Amino acid sequence: MWTRLQSLIVKELLVVFRDPRSRIILILPPLIQLVIFAFAATLEVKNVDLVVLNRDEGRLGLELVRRLEGSPTFRRVAPVHSPSELRQAIDQQRALGGVEIAPTFSRELAAGRPGSVQIVLDGRRSNAAQIVDAYIGQILNDMTADESELHHQLASVPRVVPRNWFNPNLEYKWFTLPGLIAIIAQLIGLTVTALSVARERELGTFDQLMVAPLRTGEILAGKMLPPLMVGMLHITLYVIASVAIFRVPLRGSLALLYGSGLFFLAATVGIGLFISALCTTQQQAILGAFLFVAPATLLSGYATPIENMPGWLQTATMANPLRHFLVVTRGVFLKAMPLTEVAKNTMPMFFIALATLSAAAWLFRKRME
Amino acid sequence: MTYSAPAHGAEQPFSARARARRLLALMLKEAKQIVRDPSSILIAFVLPLILLFLFGYGVSLDATRTKIGVVMEAPSPSARGLASAFQASPYFEVRLATDRRELEEPLARREVRGIVVIPAKFDADLNKRSVTPEVQVILDGADPNTAALVQGYVQGVINTWASVRAVEAGRALAGSGPEDRMWFNPEHSSRYFLVPGTVAVVMALVGTLLTALVVAREWERGTMEALMATPVTAVELLVGKVVPYFLLGLGSMSLCASIAVFVFQVPFRGSVLALFAISSAFLLPSLGLGLLISAATKNQFLASQMALLASFLPTFLLSGFIFEINSMPKVIQWICQAVPARWLIPSLQTVFVAGDLWSLFVKDIAVLVLFGALFLGLAVSRTRKKVA
Repeated sequence: MWTRLQSLIVKELLVVFRDPRSRIILILPPLIQLVIFAFAATLEVKNVDLVVLNRDEGRLGLELVRRLEGSPTFRRVAPVHSPSELRQAIDQQRALGGVEIAPTFSRELAAGRPGSVQIVLDGRRSNAAQIVDAYIGQILNDMTADESELHHQLASVPRVVPRNWFNPNLEYKWFTLPGLIAIIAQLIGLTVTALSVARERELGTFDQLMVAPLRTGEILAGKMLPPLMVGMLHITLYVIASVAIFRVPLRGSLALLYGSGLFFLAATVGIGLFISALCTTQQQAILGAFLFVAPATLLSGYATPIENMPGWLQTATMANPLRHFLVVTRGVFLKAMPLTEVAKNTMPMFFIALATLSAAAWLFRKRME
Repeated sequence: MTYSAPAHGAEQPFSARARARRLLALMLKEAKQIVRDPSSILIAFVLPLILLFLFGYGVSLDATRTKIGVVMEAPSPSARGLASAFQASPYFEVRLATDRRELEEPLARREVRGIVVIPAKFDADLNKRSVTPEVQVILDGADPNTAALVQGYVQGVINTWASVRAVEAGRALAGSGPEDRMWFNPEHSSRYFLVPGTVAVVMALVGTLLTALVVAREWERGTMEALMATPVTAVELLVGKVVPYFLLGLGSMSLCASIAVFVFQVPFRGSVLALFAISSAFLLPSLGLGLLISAATKNQFLASQMALLASFLPTFLLSGFIFEINSMPKVIQWICQAVPARWLIPSLQTVFVAGDLWSLFVKDIAVLVLFGALFLGLAVSRTRKKVA
């Protein structure tokens, strides 16, 4: 049985790696994605353009403009001279927001009260707008506090002192890259599986494989190995890139990451085999895999937190292997996740793998009869 | 035996009528293929429904009822007042504690997303003239976006609490301070920008991925060469391919837009004409790219991977749909300029939530048509070369 399995595995690896173009497609796009994702996929808000309508003739209005200009978040703080000019700048998306300083601003602030300011933001980009709103609010608070202290008045607004654990400077890449490891492993696992099964079915060679003296379990094992190997290769590449190029701290155990990754890939390949078993053409398999990847990525907590979802949807995400592996990659990298926690998050992936692989085996066997 | 001349009235192969009939036949064939294969219907109509449904009901960047811990180091009246302000806030679900160590484990396990520590000396500092009282917030930096949002919300609750308190004590006048207005989107709903973005992603998928797959299959199976052997010209062949998928893309877009507006109550403040004009302009480069990829790879698997890389990912990541282009490094910002979807998203967002703004639309449509002409031109020349 071992020799049969061995020759099957050699054949599967040859199929994947023989064609120079599919070799390139398995290596190059993941690397391009690494670079683009790492640099582009940031919810950080920088280089924001603002417009300011300063109707205050006092010192403090100018001081506010100066402080806005000094903030690293804002690239350009352009003065405008009328509310309609401000509106146009936002309409045409020349500025993300506008600040209108009321004529009474200096007087109010000097009296120890927060000064009247209107902040107008472009709700078409509501996420960035909300963050900018918070930044401007912070600048105003600091000014109010400073002025109150200057005049020894009662500082009425308590100051918030943030401390960010695991990532003190809120480096966005520390969040993105460990997540990317999971995303790329999923993509590669599904792609290689779809490639190896659906093409054989379209070309008719899968039937030859079925009538060969091999058990269904052996065929499945042969089909599982190439995606597992290529997936592990990519996990390794991405871990090295995260640590060496992007300087993400790896605080936990690499062995735990790989152990958990094996179960994640098994679950992913199980899903890929299940999809391939349902499809008869390559087009169906590729689109079917995509139909799974898009919602699975959205429901993984990769870009948007799971706890923002309604309760029933949160329950549904339990069946998504990516959701569990993301917790592990991020936890191992930044939080030095202990064995018990890793195991707790790996268990669901084990059950998903078991369920999908058995379902795929059953479907293939049914086809044989 | 001699060949007889074509009978009187028979069509010349390159007459206008013959061309029209051939084109119609090609389009009909393509339409039949679309209807026959469930996978293209899945991508054009089922996937958009799933995505819209997820964006509409589930996935959002807006934190509602974030779980936080509040630690009162001393149960002074003002500390209790601030803690109950957090409990009353619709943004938070509060877990009270008297020692921060009780909450450190839950923070690491993400059971709470932040710990607000009201220090023992808070009450005393609040009544001193010379110091600003401090409140410490411990956040899970492993998720920077949530950390920043939670910090903003915490500051908001504290500001409101402080101003209410000042007004009650007669020390300040109410109604001053910053007032913010979110134009076009007063509820700060991320659905408003996620839904137009979904429309763009779906059109990119239908235009590029589906077209690339279908045409690559014809190359792979050799039926493309068979078609080439008929009097059909390369241009006719590509037009016959493009038109059905163009219509499919528009159909899919219309479905998305209707569901967005009627089911998810995303406002539609522009005109239907503008929506179709912008969408049509975007479908040109999408389809062109799909044809180009299929002619270059002639292999379904490679074509699908190329299409995802050249169309789906950039539309998702480099278009400004979710991630702000301005925040990216300069080099990536230049790459963004070459992504057709980058010229679609602002207009699409505007037509949904802001209204008709033709000065913006015309510029974006012009850029998209230029991209379309480039890609379609390349696809035609590539296909011609393959036959010769």
